[in-house]
Amino acid sequence: MTDEPLLRVSALSKFYGSRVGCENVTFDLWPGEVLAVVGESGSGKTTLLNCLSTRLLPSSGTASYRMRDGQWRELYRMSEAERRFLMRTDWGFVHQNPADGLRMTVSAGANVGERLMAVGDRHYGRIRATAVDWLSRVEIDEDRIDDEPRAFSGGMRQRLQIARNLVTGPRLVFMDEPTGGLDVSVQARLLDLLRGLVTDLGLAAIVVTHDLAVARLLSQRMMVMKDGRVVESGLTDRVLDDPRAPYTQLLVSSILQV
Amino acid sequence: MNAQSTEIATYNFAYLDEQTKRMIRRAILKGIAIPGYQVPFASREMPMPYGWGTGGVQVTASIIGPDDVLKVIDQGADDTTNAVSIRAFFKKVAKVAVTTETAKATIIQTRHRIPEHPLNAGQVLVFQVPIPEPLRFLEPRETETRKMHALEEYGLMHVKLYEDIAKHGRIATTYAYPVKVEGRYVMDPSPTPKFDNPKMHRSPALQLFGAGREKRIYAVPPFTDVVSLDFEDHPFEVQTFDQPCALCGAANVYLDEVILDDHGGHMFVCSDTDHCEKRRADSTSPSWGGRAKGADGGNGQSSLSSTPTPARRADPRHKGEGKEAE
Repeated sequence: MTDEPLLRVSALSKFYGSRVGCENVTFDLWPGEVLAVVGESGSGKTTLLNCLSTRLLPSSGTASYRMRDGQWRELYRMSEAERRFLMRTDWGFVHQNPADGLRMTVSAGANVGERLMAVGDRHYGRIRATAVDWLSRVEIDEDRIDDEPRAFSGGMRQRLQIARNLVTGPRLVFMDEPTGGLDVSVQARLLDLLRGLVTDLGLAAIVVTHDLAVARLLSQRMMVMKDGRVVESGLTDRVLDDPRAPYTQLLVSSILQV
Repeated sequence: MNAQSTEIATYNFAYLDEQTKRMIRRAILKGIAIPGYQVPFASREMPMPYGWGTGGVQVTASIIGPDDVLKVIDQGADDTTNAVSIRAFFKKVAKVAVTTETAKATIIQTRHRIPEHPLNAGQVLVFQVPIPEPLRFLEPRETETRKMHALEEYGLMHVKLYEDIAKHGRIATTYAYPVKVEGRYVMDPSPTPKFDNPKMHRSPALQLFGAGREKRIYAVPPFTDVVSLDFEDHPFEVQTFDQPCALCGAANVYLDEVILDDHGGHMFVCSDTDHCEKRRADSTSPSWGGRAKGADGGNGQSSLSSTPTPARRADPRHKGEGKEAE
């Protein structure tokens, strides 16, 4: 473990006209750390995620990222080419709806291989071997490699999307409700898989979710957002077991018990 | 009233007005300056439907001069509808000399072939292009494809080739095979068979591409690198044919299959009619005996090969003038 963070976010705000998307968000993310961002819909978690992943430009504030060579770069001052390169090599983005993150009309193998080809791999056999390896790591049968994701179930699509993102060995992965829309047994397997991959690969991740159980299972640290502001942050277990902000107390007490 | 006013409307030289030609020439110059880059231009309505070469015709109209000699081919042939009518069009509106001989032409407008006869410096090859964007079927958004060209993000092009190998065991793309021009832009060489791709590489002739409906012009200047995309373990290769041309016996040329009758009779002949006729004329002139090929003797077509005149030659080649949607 290094003693330097991977991502430094300082006073990040995003306004849509006069409406607040997210306001004054400050935090550091360390290598290998999973940070959960929770809150109800409309609380600004997705806006924050999109700003961090440079899919949106914030209205004010800065975010710096420590590149593989140890250099600190300010995300919003990088050229678009650099940002897009970062996006497909050192970063991953897992969408809630796999159709947004996959190419639905090309085979699973090509979906996994696309990032490799984008960074210049021109050896079919090697690309395919890597694709086979990654499909098995996300528990997709090898004989489905030439099927299009359209023929996959929701859970398989989500796992394929994860494989597609992790194939270049990123250091930071953004996830937007990765288990949204999946039934509970599939959710449980996916979470298990994610937890294993994150630990094995030492990934840092920012996971946006409204599901406190997902946060509990995946993350070490969490931030609770309401109306675009962070109302509470801390170690996940501490926040969930001993919520201090009134809103967090409400959130935690709203969990349905079976 | 004098005699002239009773004629049908007179056109400006080469149909287009001078301002339009100027605009198109600017696009062409920009295209030449940035090899393989698609330059938008204000495509005009032409007296022919989209898909019949409106882009190529506009490019030709903008570069043609009174001293030029024009050749027009359609799938390699000089005698198909598209080629005949475009040739007649320029004969009428520009009063230029026309030819079917590749070596004599200064401008060759082509639909989907590059002549077999090597091109020389000073010649201009004008391609008719239906869909100029090589990434179109992979990424439908124009804003995104332009960004991908700008940032040189061409991984997606290999995704298509990957899919080919995964599905067919080899790169099954046979026409409109993507190329990289001068190490920078990925370009669609128009739906020419990939057989012709190597001819584009460092060609001494200027190659211009016009897409009328899509309103794009692009260019490959003379002696420019044009490299077909491939994988290290699945290198680019061109089509091969097991038999030579049934009429002229040429090997290593691109062949068309011609259906002869309703009983499955067919033969493979040169797609480049000028090349084929030249070869047959050359082999007949020294002696009559030297020409006999007899390759198609068994199917009742032997009479065809014994009288290789252009008029007769056109006969078995009456293919449907299908404007395939590439």
